[in-house]
Amino acid sequence: MLDISISYDKYKFLGNEFLTWLWYVIETHINISELIDNKTETIVFETGNSIVLENSLGDDSTEKISIKGDDAGLEEGATALKKGAVVTDINLVMKIDENKFQFTIKGESMNITGLKTPSAGKIDKNDNIEGALLEKAYLCSSVFQIIDQLFIVFIKKRISQDWKNSELVKIRNWVKL
Amino acid sequence: MGILSSSVSISRYTVEKKKTEDQPDSVQEIVRNGLKKNAITGIEDDYEKISIGWIPYESPYDPDFEKFSFVFGEYFIFSLRIDKKKIPAKIIQKHTAVEITKRLKESDREFLSKNEKTDIKDQVIEHLMGRIPSTPDIYEIIWDYEQALLFFFTTQKAANEELETIFFKSFKQKLIRLFPFTLVETSPSFTDSERDLAANLSTIKFSR
Repeated sequence: MLDISISYDKYKFLGNEFLTWLWYVIETHINISELIDNKTETIVFETGNSIVLENSLGDDSTEKISIKGDDAGLEEGATALKKGAVVTDINLVMKIDENKFQFTIKGESMNITGLKTPSAGKIDKNDNIEGALLEKAYLCSSVFQIIDQLFIVFIKKRISQDWKNSELVKIRNWVKL
Repeated sequence: MGILSSSVSISRYTVEKKKTEDQPDSVQEIVRNGLKKNAITGIEDDYEKISIGWIPYESPYDPDFEKFSFVFGEYFIFSLRIDKKKIPAKIIQKHTAVEITKRLKESDREFLSKNEKTDIKDQVIEHLMGRIPSTPDIYEIIWDYEQALLFFFTTQKAANEELETIFFKSFKQKLIRLFPFTLVETSPSFTDSERDLAANLSTIKFSR
């Protein structure tokens, strides 16, 4: 395997492209449960309260566009996409059946920050710490499982022969709107 | 931010599997020994800047892994504590200025050389180090041994680097941070040829 820090820098674009693709999936209402072949749960994503895009200007400099706040004006993000930007961070609301999660994901590291999971209920001081920990571990794992499955779908599409003639064309048409 | 906080931040690792498969009982023993051996000891030397070690999840200030469990269901849950002495720059600046003034008075001189000033500053830092207490930072860990996955409840780069070092020292297993490249490399969903194709990808423009 490549040196970790080299591979981190070299392939961070894949994480940013993944988030940009995910934004396209959300905005065009593609069925995520079907996309990841999940027949038992209804999974719905919405964009949350922030999005950060970055546009490489070619001379080693980059332009950063941050949009924050509830009901953020994502039109500015769309404009940045048209200029060639990619999503580097996005706040997402994810619903698995009735359970609501909200978090920000960073493309280059796939780290998750500010993750709010459904309430695990009140814990009596020493009583049920183990139960609460196990529930939280399960809830956190659920988020990563879905993100990983989506990332796998994206990579499979990205390396497929018809990426350029199919998925990329659809995304470009969405960016153009 | 702890595991049970309403909002958490997580960086993820896969744990490189050991060649020899351990029996579940011995796995717990290996982990317990690694935790005990590298449990935090606190800053013993007054002039030491940093101390790093494991602590039980339920007992951040008593690193007793016999008394407090690290096994919760199918997970190992414990914490990394980093005790650091942090002297604010303004305090160093103030004490150095006071010392310089004192030295000038004592020696009846108008200036001190650059080297003398540096020496004074070093002495001030050493003196302050002996006086100030360390500040503990606690980062929690969920380790799914069966799945070889680990959640580290922070995304701070420095804490991640300390974790990687002490984890290998404690358990002789390497942590591989999960980010786009390593996710492709380690996921069983990809064939070798798919991994090669992914490794040869380069950026594309989503705009025309």
